Amino acid sequence: MKLVGEKGVQRILMITALSAISSLLLIALFIFSEGLPFIFNYGVGNFLLANEWDPSTGHFGIFPMIMSSVWVTLGAMVVGAPLGIAGAIFLSEYASPIIMKIVKPTIELLAAIPSVVYGFIGVMVLAPIIRNNLGGPGLSLLAGCIILGIMILPTVISISIDSILAVPRSYREGSLALGATTWQTTHMVTIKAARSGIVASIILGLGRAIGETMAVIMVAGNSVNIPNSALDSVRTLTANIALEMSYATGMHREALFATGVILFIIIMILNSIASVAIRNRNAKK
Amino acid sequence: MFKRVFMLGMFLLAGIYMVGCGRGKTSITLAGSTAFQPFAEKLAEQFMDKNPNVNVTVQGGGSAVGIQSASSGAAQIGMADLVTLPEEAKGLTSTVVAKDGIAIVVNPKNKINNLTTDQARDIFNGKIVNWKEVGGDDVPITVVSREAGSGTRTSFEQILTNITLKKDALIQDSNGTIRETVANDVNSVGYLSHGLINEKIKAIKIDDVECTSEMIIAGQYKLVRPIFLLVKGEMVGEVKNFIDYILSVEGQKTIKDNGLLPAK
Repeated sequence: MKLVGEKGVQRILMITALSAISSLLLIALFIFSEGLPFIFNYGVGNFLLANEWDPSTGHFGIFPMIMSSVWVTLGAMVVGAPLGIAGAIFLSEYASPIIMKIVKPTIELLAAIPSVVYGFIGVMVLAPIIRNNLGGPGLSLLAGCIILGIMILPTVISISIDSILAVPRSYREGSLALGATTWQTTHMVTIKAARSGIVASIILGLGRAIGETMAVIMVAGNSVNIPNSALDSVRTLTANIALEMSYATGMHREALFATGVILFIIIMILNSIASVAIRNRNAKK
Repeated sequence: MFKRVFMLGMFLLAGIYMVGCGRGKTSITLAGSTAFQPFAEKLAEQFMDKNPNVNVTVQGGGSAVGIQSASSGAAQIGMADLVTLPEEAKGLTSTVVAKDGIAIVVNPKNKINNLTTDQARDIFNGKIVNWKEVGGDDVPITVVSREAGSGTRTSFEQILTNITLKKDALIQDSNGTIRETVANDVNSVGYLSHGLINEKIKAIKIDDVECTSEMIIAGQYKLVRPIFLLVKGEMVGEVKNFIDYILSVEGQKTIKDNGLLPAK
């Protein structure tokens, strides 16, 4: 006696696949239904552009948080992107295949370290170094940028390597045959051909950086403040939600959901740009 | 066939649940203040040992949630650690079951030992920004506070009065992380529940009164907040028994042994 036939298997697999999509839809629906009414009642401009966030007196302006998220993310890019791309070029063009086989999985292992561990290292090691050498409270925008820059390395490196290796051998051979050195070939031919993949890797890293919560809460200090310098403490959009959710009720809670809506929209835009960039790469091949 | 196995399984499960719950068991739910939550859990355990027919569940959520769930009936008892209860709690029967001192803490390397109420207020407001203004070294003050909505922060600001927290104050989301931040940063000042003071941080005197259990009980130390249990309507049945147990000599001893102060 067979419990399920061919048709049954097909159906079960389809339901499983749909459950992933429907949970995404449900999450989106939930966030938007909780957050959107607040945004419109409070006023889009008041919510997005006002400087004051003080839930106890009914002020819900998230502009400082938006700016902080932008600065933290850009800073993480400044730290992470050059390191990541340089690492990817070295591993794919210069390193011997054995080194590549050892180093690439090791870097990918970085992605498996829980973010709370990065945060802990940031608090215990990085913040005191910044405080003692540069001043300020240590828990700062700079600490956030460095920690996030390291956290996005695996994303940037592994996608960049994949796109550099996807450049056909014939491109490189053609260039080398014309007398170009390895470096000339790399930066004038290979990198140019792999450009859209590298851009995609940076944008996915950006998405990871802007969405990171735990490590940022631990190292960035969380004051609601538009930063004047890299040593100022900042609070990102994600940190705002996570910090205050446990105590929030009424308007305050809705305002946090609305913060989630903004974050959701930003990440959707970034991911769409990345997937367009990846599609371009595939189309070129 | 498949259906029959499934049905049988469901009956079995239902049976297990019924046995597990026991018939005629009364259940009480507490929700609210995270500061009182661990104490409530301990008291609930002791109470259940004595009264096996009662099941007490304790949930956190913060003081605001405590007030809300007591008024909506989601929990029989709400817990709140605020100095003054807000409007929404006016219709609830409130009982003070414990008191908690809030200590202003600095790094042990800081030579400041005393602040007046005014100095403390000015530091948190951002009017005093350097330790030398209150008799310390010439270094900037790093203010560490709790997130908006926290019961500790609300009480702290209500007692000191007229506090508009300075914009660049660091925000940490628990007593524990405040302690870590102050322990790590020589220039910082924060505040936390007095039961959580340890050797890594230094509690300072407020208006020359030390933050100790004795001073708090004697009513000398200023920064004290009551912990309320809130019940909708009259206290009856097991809810009353449980609150009476907390107020009994034994219950108050549990509270004291674990770092809070008895109500009386």
